[in-house]
Parts: sequence; C-alpha cells; structure tokens
Amino acid sequence: MTDTPAPRHIPDRLDKPLSSAIFSWEALLVVIAVAIFAVNSFASPYFLDPWSLSDLTFNFTEKGLIALAMALLIISGEIDLSVAAIVALASTMMGMAVQTGAGTPVLVLIGIAVGLACGAFNGLLVTRLGLPSIVVTIGTMSLFRGIAFIILGDQAYKGYPESFAFFGQGYVWWVFSFELALFLFAALIYWFVLHRTSFGRRVFAIGNNPVACQFSGVRVDRIKFILFCLTGLMSGIASVLITSRLGSTRPSIAQGYELEAITMVVLGGVSILGGAGSILGVVLAAFIMGLVTFGLGLLNVPGIVMSIFIGLLLIIVIALPIVWRRLRQGRFA
Amino acid sequence: MKNFLKYREIWLLAGIVVLIGLISTRFPGFADPANLRQVFNDTSILMILALGQMVVILTRSIDLSMASNLCFTGMVVAMLNATHPAIPIPVLIVVAVLVGLVLGAINGFLVWRLNIPSIVVTLGTLTIYRGATFVVSGGAWVNADQMSPDFINFQRAAFLGLPVLSWIAILVIALFFLVMTRTQIGRSMYAIGVNPTASVYAGIDVGRTKFIVFCISGMIGGLAGYLWISRYVIASVEVANGYELNIIAACVIGGISIAGGIGSVGGAVLGALFLGIISNALPVINISPFWQMAISGSAIILAVVLNARGERRQGRIILRKAEAA
Repeated sequence: MTDTPAPRHIPDRLDKPLSSAIFSWEALLVVIAVAIFAVNSFASPYFLDPWSLSDLTFNFTEKGLIALAMALLIISGEIDLSVAAIVALASTMMGMAVQTGAGTPVLVLIGIAVGLACGAFNGLLVTRLGLPSIVVTIGTMSLFRGIAFIILGDQAYKGYPESFAFFGQGYVWWVFSFELALFLFAALIYWFVLHRTSFGRRVFAIGNNPVACQFSGVRVDRIKFILFCLTGLMSGIASVLITSRLGSTRPSIAQGYELEAITMVVLGGVSILGGAGSILGVVLAAFIMGLVTFGLGLLNVPGIVMSIFIGLLLIIVIALPIVWRRLRQGRFA
Repeated sequence: MKNFLKYREIWLLAGIVVLIGLISTRFPGFADPANLRQVFNDTSILMILALGQMVVILTRSIDLSMASNLCFTGMVVAMLNATHPAIPIPVLIVVAVLVGLVLGAINGFLVWRLNIPSIVVTLGTLTIYRGATFVVSGGAWVNADQMSPDFINFQRAAFLGLPVLSWIAILVIALFFLVMTRTQIGRSMYAIGVNPTASVYAGIDVGRTKFIVFCISGMIGGLAGYLWISRYVIASVEVANGYELNIIAACVIGGISIAGGIGSVGGAVLGALFLGIISNALPVINISPFWQMAISGSAIILAVVLNARGERRQGRIILRKAEAA
C-alpha cells in the first residue's frame, strides 16, 4: 500500500452528448444512403435482389480500397493524384509477367510490389525533396501511366491464369464477393489504425499542424512517407482486383479513378485541408457512390449522366452544413 | 546580367532553345521558322488555357473544371452553329466566352460565398459540366460536315503571316500581361497568394478576387472551347478528357507555384510551349507518341524539383521586385 495520490483521471476521449452523434457527418451520410436505397428499391423491381446488391458492391470496392489509404493521406495534409496511374502500371507489370509464364502468387506479389514501389517513389519526392504532393503526383501520374503506354502502346495483355480470376470474380460465401470481403476487412484495419492507435493520432496531428508536430518529436516526414507507401500499396491491391475482374490489361485501365477516390474521401467528411475525417465516413461514402451508380444504371441512365449526380452530391453534401449554419446565424449571403 | 539570370523564365527559355537544338540534330527542319510558327499555332490553345489556370493558382486555388468547361462550351457553340449556320463567328466567340463565364462564375460563387475549397468545388463541377455536355447533346457528336465552313476556317485564315488562332493567343497573352503587371486586380492576385491575411488588412477583398479569377478561368475555358472544336472539327463528350491536368502541368513547368503567389505570364506561356514542342517533335524524330506521357511526366517532376530549389533560395520576392522597379 503506497500513499501516493491517485493520478487524476484524464479520459482518452471526451464524452460526446447524444445530439452530436445524431448531427454528425456520418449520420447525414447514413440518412442519404437510406434515402437512395429506398428510392432505388421503389424505382426498380430488380434492385432488392441479393445478387443485384452483390453486383452493386463491385462499383466501389476497388476505388474504396484506394480511398481508405487516400483518406489517411488527405487527413495528413497531402494528396496523391497518381493512384490510377499506379493501378495501370502495376497491371501492366502483371501482364508482362504473365507473358513469361508467371503463376498467380507471383502475379499478386508483382502487383502489390509495383504499387508499393510507386508509392515509395512519391513519398521520397515529397518528403526528401520537400515538394508539394499535388504537383509531384500530377507528374508521377503522367510518368507511371506513360511507362504503361510505352510498354503496351495500343496493345493489350490477356491470358491471365484461371486461378487469378478469383480475386476480382470470386465469392467468399454466398453473395459476398472476395472484393467486398477484402474491402470490409481493410476498412476495419484502417479504422483501427486511424482511430485507435498513436500512429492515427499523429496523422491527425500532422494534418492540423505539421510544424507543432515536428517540435513535439513526431517524425512528420517518416509518417508521410509511410502514408504514401500505404496509398501505393492499396493501389497495387486494387490493381490486382481490377486486372483479375477484367481479365486483361490496357494502358488506359482505371482512367479517372483518382478523382473518384478523392470524391469518396471528401464526401466521407474528410477535410481536404487535412486534420479531420473518419474511416466510417469514407466507407459510407463508398457505399453511397456505389448505390447511386448502380441504381441509376438499373434505370438505364448513362454513366456520364450519373457523374452529374456524383458531382452534385459532392458539392451539395459539402455545402449543406455550411448553408445550414449560416441560415441559423441569419447571415446567409 | 546576374539579375537577369535570376529570372526563372530565362532558364526555361534557354531550356526550350536547347530542346529545339537537340531536336534539330535529329530533324534539321524543326528549327525552321515556318515550322516553329506551326508549333506556336499548335500550342496556342494550351497557352491560353495555362494563362487562365495561372491566375487561379496564383490565388492559392485550383480549377480542375477547365477542360470540362471547354468541352461543354465547345459543344454548345458547335450545336448552335449546326442549327443556325448564319450566326457570324465573332458572335459565336462572344457566346462561348459568356457560357464559359457562367460556368466559371458558378465555381467562383461556391468558393467565394460558401468557402468550399476550390479543389472540392471544381472536382464536382469537373464531372457535372462534362455530364451536362452529354445532356445537351443527347450523347450525339457534332461532326465536321455539320459545321459551317466559316466555323472551321475562321481560326485558320492567315493574317499578317500568322493564322488567326495564333493572333488570338498573342492577344490573350498581351491582355494577361497588362492585367498582371499594370492593374490593381493583377497585383491583388499576387498579394492574396503570398499572404491572404495581410491582403485583407491591405484592403483587398480576398473572396471577391477569387470569384473574379474563377470568372477569368471560366471565360478562357469558354474561348478555348470554340477554338478547340473548330480546330479538331469534332464536338463530343470525350473532348479534352483529362486535359485539365495538362493545363496544370504547363503552369507547373512554367514555374507557377502551386502554393500561390509566384508565377508570370511569360512562365505560363513558356511552360505550355515546352509541352507543345515535345508533342510536336516526337513524331518527326521517330519516337513513338506513346512516349509523350512519360516524357511530360518527367518534365513536370524535374520542373518542380528545380522550382522548389529556386523558391527556397530567393524566397517570395515578387512584390519586392515590384517595389524596386
């Protein structure tokens, strides 16, 4: 029995009143998701079928995997526009390996390794040379996809082994695809890392004030480097899934995915200026984007028109809370 | 002389001269004035677009919707021409600029009044404007045979030895040069980029200025819309898909700092020219056009590395330079 005074209890997190949970960003996203779900089930009789709903998930799992890592990167105040190009380069490298007769495990390894290497390259340029990530990754975007174009030109790689098709086309159990299972599993890991580890706290801290972090002994550059590697890694994994699903590689594969992944992240409530966001929000946003695209697809709305809805959704969801706040303060412009 | 060498544009110009020299060793005709005029003409649209993007980037914003704006406006103008061939081309150009202005003003309004970061706003309008192109056209293309001969030939007509397209580019460059160096609004753009807080204290309306720069980039997008469609004589939803990043690339190579406040009209023009020369040179020196993307990617990275070193050394002296002048 020592008589040292008990240390004053400092809670890990502040108790949140119920009201703040109800009016949170995630709650808004859930409402939107439920609304779109309801509208879809009314609009098309084919929507509420387990297999339809399973097909729906293929719309967002690959981009969602990239968005998970991108969320961490954006929270830390950086961005990676080269993710789709990494997918293309990794896919091209896998295609090359197929021509030399590589088996499925080697292909997966190559896809992931190329992704990781590209991410590390971005990370080195940003952290070692202190360059703005948005410009660096615009450059590497052209570079990575450019290499894919140099290797492939107007050709396509085909002839992936049959066992390779499992990643993009296989089902784990009943209607649950491997892609969906992997996405949910990855989401869980990213949730844990971001919201339950000191690494995650540092990511938030860096996004809020990198200079203060530096002086507090946080190795800012190292963490940013890791985040770029993670984003590359997830792009590599996404590349394995897409290549497996399509069964072929063209240099134009996954064109435009970078902006869709970023849209998911921002729609998910991650501040584009860094420092705030949650994995739950990103996962919900991924589902919402999948729901919108798939529901409109069932109604025979062309893909390009769907993009209007996605764009409007992005702006409206961001603008709503701002307009709401101003209306309550009675000083809307 | 030492002062002279401090200008980034001089180095870029030197780089371009060396590039042209290198290409000439493989293809002697490249440095021919007639060919260089052709390269300038080919690059005119990118130069104009880069200038529009420059004013946005200077104020620490970004406009990702320019290529979609170009696509939408081009489609509107092309359809207008297909259905009403009697409308004179100058009127169509005014229409294009006005349509572009509206699209730019939407971006600007959202950035100004709702304080949404420009990258989010223009990411949204990037998809919306391109989708809107599909809606107005119903997915149909406007082909060369539907366009009036005037529509196609206007920018190709020679005037004082140069095509009208080149003259339009020269006019836009001159206009931007005047605005950026000789007007209050031009200096305000630099000031906001260097220090937004200080700008407020200096009496600059930061929000309104950002609104104006988006209006400018919108008008430029609209103008480029007409020029693009009449140059490549096809209007479709796919026009200039992904081109927004080429525009930003031209700016970056031209030494315009993505962090705002640094950049010049000359830089934007030279940055665009650099990319234009590469894309023109590859076919004539027998390099597969598939190399172009990787080469411009490397050029961007190299430019960023060099610019970052330059910025670190001299700091942000753009206003001090103006004081000394």
